[in-house]
Amino acid sequence: MDISIRNLGKNYGNVTALRDIRLDIASGELIALLGASGSGKTTLLRAIAGLESIDDGSIRFGDIDATRLSVQERRVGFVFQHYALFKHMNVLDNVTFGLRVRKRSTRPRSAEIRRRGLELLDLVQLKGLEERFPTQLSGGQRQRVALARALAIEPRVLLLDEPFGALDAKVRKELRAWLRQLHDEIGYTTIFVTHDESEAHELADRVVTMADGRIEEAGAAN
Amino acid sequence: MANRYRNSLVEPAPVRWLLIGVTLLFLGVFLLLPLIIVFVQALSHGADVFFGAFADSDTKAAIRLTLLTAAIAVPLNTVFGVAAAWAIAKFEFRGKTFLSALIDLPFSVSPVIAGMLFVLLFGAQGWFGAWLSAHDIKIVFALPGIVLATVFVTFPFVARELIPLMQAQGTEEEQAALTLGAGGWRMFWHVTMPNIRWGLLYGVLLCNARAMGEFGAVSVLSGHIRGLTNTMPLQIELLYNDPGAYSAAFAVASLLALLGFVTLALKNFLEWRHGDELAALRGK
Repeated sequence: MDISIRNLGKNYGNVTALRDIRLDIASGELIALLGASGSGKTTLLRAIAGLESIDDGSIRFGDIDATRLSVQERRVGFVFQHYALFKHMNVLDNVTFGLRVRKRSTRPRSAEIRRRGLELLDLVQLKGLEERFPTQLSGGQRQRVALARALAIEPRVLLLDEPFGALDAKVRKELRAWLRQLHDEIGYTTIFVTHDESEAHELADRVVTMADGRIEEAGAAN
Repeated sequence: MANRYRNSLVEPAPVRWLLIGVTLLFLGVFLLLPLIIVFVQALSHGADVFFGAFADSDTKAAIRLTLLTAAIAVPLNTVFGVAAAWAIAKFEFRGKTFLSALIDLPFSVSPVIAGMLFVLLFGAQGWFGAWLSAHDIKIVFALPGIVLATVFVTFPFVARELIPLMQAQGTEEEQAALTLGAGGWRMFWHVTMPNIRWGLLYGVLLCNARAMGEFGAVSVLSGHIRGLTNTMPLQIELLYNDPGAYSAAFAVASLLALLGFVTLALKNFLEWRHGDELAALRGK
């Protein structure tokens, strides 16, 4: 699903967080939003997700105008820096949450939900851990559960907010490589936010640099 | 030589014992002793008199009224408390500090003043008095008034227990639930509630104990009509002031004291069983 953003603006009171953002992302691309803190990269990501409201502009997912859609309606997969796993649910329930909260009419049968959940866990190489609870997992494992959870809803676009920021250097390197491999395998349009330049260039098809609420460089293909 | 490396962060033994001793003495004299005396006095004339106190119809009515009041006030305050805690912990809005202060108001206002407030509003000479009597609605000197007074006085318990808990937990799990397609209610029920359930139970226990034991505010509003608008605490006062019913007063009081012990025991049990979970849910 390609994404196109036009004239996006957002203010927090007197402070302009995003100015006149224009961005096109081709279907299946893996884009990095690179910038220092306060550059607006996370705000932009969250605005695409619908977690932040916008004051001007539009967001399109393919043919769909997503600007007025609620978070739920946009069907974006979001991965948080600190995992945001549901502490009181085991791994499988976390991963299948998005499927279990669907309306009766669109909800798959429980057996099918379970099957899909296990399949995803297998994909993120966490087979056998479905009964564990988040507190029993390492940081790297938690982030992979978070990713599986986001993928379960077959999102239009995958958004990752500094996904490896809370992990130690070694795990970070491993997961970087693994994420790239996963993307090559399943091909969702993906945007991830980072302040780490080497990470951005290593992972992404294209690096979009931001500063001061603006896009400085829309980046050329790697 | 051995003394040199004594851990300087631990008070020397005599200081420790002094502090612990003073605390125990204070708690013992001011808390434990009165409660024990209540039970001793209650049983001083034997079991017959003790159980006889509960055969009196006015006393039975008072117990029923207390239970009914708590059965209404506690669920109401649970809902209000969760709503208020939710608003304060998860949102930024103008007037948030004001709402926060308002929640603490019942703790700082004397219960008698709280009761008088409702009389001022709903009494016969009150602001709404004429309207209420025109529609034949009784609030003061009736159950609604008693419930109102109880709700006011016990409101903070649930909210104050939940606010720091919900603030510590943050909003990320809820945001994640939204991105996964959960609507507001589902998000609340499947994500927020399980995270706050022990804190909520804690708050409800405290709210209940206070609701059953409230005296001042209810006293102003109830009219003290025997058999009709006397709650247990009011009935105890009535019995206590009657020279012939001295022991009966303590018998009924021992029920309330028992409630206090049960509440404490449940609270401690919760902490013991779910202490780890409580700590984990606080975001550690």
